[in-house]
Amino acid sequence: MADSGSEDIAVIGNTDLTPSESENNLKNTMVEKGTNLLKMMEISVAEAEKRTGKNAVNMQETYTVYLIETRPVDAASEGTNPVPDSLWRRYSEFELLRNYLLVTYPFLVVPPLPEKRAEFVWHKLSADNMDPDFVERRRVGLENFLLRVASHPDLSSDNIFYSFLTEENGWKETVFETGFQAKADSRLKALNATFRVKNPDKRFAEMKHYGDELQSVISQLLRVRARAADRLYGVYKVHGNYGRVFSEWSAIEKEMGDGLQSAGHHMDAYAASVDDILEEEEHYADQLKEYLFYADALRAVCRKHELTQYELEMATMDLTSKKQQREELATGMIRTFSLKGMTSKLFGQETPEQREAKLKMLETQIEEGKEMVKERNAECEEFVKSAWVDIERFKEQKDHDLREALISYAIMQISMCKKGIQVWNNAKECFSKM
Amino acid sequence: MSRSVVDNTVSSGNSSVAIPTDISGQILDLDEDDDLEVFSKDTSTTLTDGSSFNASMQTSPASMINQYKLEEDADTKDIFVTVDNPESHVTAIETYITYRVETKTTRSEFDSCEFEVRRRYQDFLWLKGRLEEAHPTLIVHPLPEKFVMKGMVERFNEDFIETRRRALHKFLNKIAEHPIFSSSEDFKIFLTAGTGELTSHKKQGPGFLSRMGETVKAVAAAVRGVRNRPQEFTDMQEYAEAFSQKISSLDKITQRIIREQKEYLEELKECGPTYTLWSQSEEELAEPLKNVAGCEDRCYKETEEQVKHLNDHLIPVLHEYVLCADTLKAVLRRRDNIQVVFEGKAEALATKAADRDAMRDELDKAENRLEWANNALKSDWIRWQKVMRSDLRSAFIDTAERNVSYYEKCLAVWESFMQSQRTDAEGNGKVDSS
Repeated sequence: MADSGSEDIAVIGNTDLTPSESENNLKNTMVEKGTNLLKMMEISVAEAEKRTGKNAVNMQETYTVYLIETRPVDAASEGTNPVPDSLWRRYSEFELLRNYLLVTYPFLVVPPLPEKRAEFVWHKLSADNMDPDFVERRRVGLENFLLRVASHPDLSSDNIFYSFLTEENGWKETVFETGFQAKADSRLKALNATFRVKNPDKRFAEMKHYGDELQSVISQLLRVRARAADRLYGVYKVHGNYGRVFSEWSAIEKEMGDGLQSAGHHMDAYAASVDDILEEEEHYADQLKEYLFYADALRAVCRKHELTQYELEMATMDLTSKKQQREELATGMIRTFSLKGMTSKLFGQETPEQREAKLKMLETQIEEGKEMVKERNAECEEFVKSAWVDIERFKEQKDHDLREALISYAIMQISMCKKGIQVWNNAKECFSKM
Repeated sequence: MSRSVVDNTVSSGNSSVAIPTDISGQILDLDEDDDLEVFSKDTSTTLTDGSSFNASMQTSPASMINQYKLEEDADTKDIFVTVDNPESHVTAIETYITYRVETKTTRSEFDSCEFEVRRRYQDFLWLKGRLEEAHPTLIVHPLPEKFVMKGMVERFNEDFIETRRRALHKFLNKIAEHPIFSSSEDFKIFLTAGTGELTSHKKQGPGFLSRMGETVKAVAAAVRGVRNRPQEFTDMQEYAEAFSQKISSLDKITQRIIREQKEYLEELKECGPTYTLWSQSEEELAEPLKNVAGCEDRCYKETEEQVKHLNDHLIPVLHEYVLCADTLKAVLRRRDNIQVVFEGKAEALATKAADRDAMRDELDKAENRLEWANNALKSDWIRWQKVMRSDLRSAFIDTAERNVSYYEKCLAVWESFMQSQRTDAEGNGKVDSS
């Protein structure tokens, strides 16, 4: 099933096509903007495997790889069930992909990856990355990530994303070749902008604030639920002791024996039922976690807006100052304090030729400055427009998804109650026979 | 028929100090069966004639009403005792609680149909002691303990008083339901006598010295050890041991469950408020989130009730039977002591030459006493087992029913949430496929 080691670009679509025709098909697919990739192909992260190898510093390490399978959507309808194309990827490659997307589309709320390390665990779950349950949940999370990206109107048509799904070898190099790392904003720059921006768009400020609140409240909820789950586990498991003691007790009784013994079995069943319950609980936690991380992505867009706005403000301020300098030079009036002004007072005025030269330079700078402002303004407007569209899209998605999550949480509670009713009714019947 | 609450009589301590002169003679004849007569006037005439247990029951008119029955039907119950209305009494010397004891009966040996008296814990202790002395091999239901060692439970704490009241109520009812105890003169006096009357009656009982004598006898007997214990009593001993272990385990397990539930409640308390907090940042999601918060709060309340019920209903019963197990062991020990006395006399007769006639007489009495004790124990053991089975069965059924009810209530809570989401969806024109 695994296509590992294959040098060929995995193809989608009709396998009867000639290579060149397939190439064309690929190009067409990628070029068409706004096409949802998921309409064309099925994507899944089918498996996870442990590998060992040498890392960058030539030391042995164990890591997990995930099998990405892709298959054309209309394959089933052709009657054949072709083997899906597949390749293996590590978590770090997913991270690389996402970083690339973040830098390349800073105006989009980029879907988050599942957590790198298990957090908000309760005692039964281990925080070990190699734990099979954790790996399984991560597999599901990675698949979810790919599906989210593939169904995003803008992200789904990205080439790098496409080759991530289809090109096993050389993908990393391709990503680095885009030079995206150079485009990344330094943290310092971003932080600076956040503090100094004067007029950010109110909507973005509100969104950022919302992102903060969302992150805070979901963290709190996850913590509370983890602790409650831990306690609930204890309650159920202690009931298992009833089973043991009832069994022992039934041995010394005559008439009561049977009733006690069978009641004991139900107590054991009750104690065991908590495992399933808490597994479903984990699934709910995962849904919350996705939006916890989404909150971060949302804040990233807002921070980028602040940066963009700040750069516009800087350019505008710079232009204003240059214009002012020109005016001063032209009128000879020094309005503002400047070192130039001071030195000229102290050391005498410049010669007319010097002034002429300066004025000329200023004019050039002012022209350049105007261009810069125009550019930055356009950038800003463009950013605000695109970002706001995506934020609206995100809001709708979030409302829908979280509502579904709450509903599935309620369903889980209902299932737990029904199990409880059944077990205790059974136990009651057994007790009646005592 | 006294109804007044007497609150300024100083009750004496646990042991009556005065030794009436008529008893002093009895100190020398502690092995005589006549001493039984003093303690239980009604039935002692039937019990001391040494004939078989059941036959003797039919001779006394009083005992005919309380035929030894294996099953007490509610229909034939002719005495109803209630313990309620605890009141605090403060005197110069001490502070103590009295309880109202109300009796309603159609029994002819009672002068009236209704009685109301006030009794304190000491009085109950006295009654129990009297019954045990009169019938050393019958099983007296345990009293609640003097004070709870675990935790810092104050004697006058409301919960403690209520728990004690319930246990005292059960104690008297168990006595009333017992074929032999319920016709005890001491019991009648306990239910009907005014406080002063009771005090003077208490003083008539065997004095401190005679009780000391009994204890010394018991210790001596224990040291000597029984030689030919019939197998059935050894079986009972083993049963009592095993039963004691099992019921203690159940008590501990139940207490552990309560502890875990309380810790779960601590965490669950935070859930509702966290969802409410979240709802404040949301628009579309605000309503479902508030709804979920409401559900969590309601489930919290139900869980609280559930824990309380477990504490108030199952724990006391388990606790009673832990004490019962101790009673069983004590009864078996007392029976053993009676056998030891008999064996000692038989040996004495075999070895000593002088006074053979008097010794033979004594031996006969000891043998009768032993036979009567054995029969009494055997019958009461069967009765006790039936009562135990009924009590524990009821308690477990009650617990199971309560658990079912708890889960049913929580189920209703979450189903109402689901319902609200469905109507919401229909209202918004969205149709959820869930």
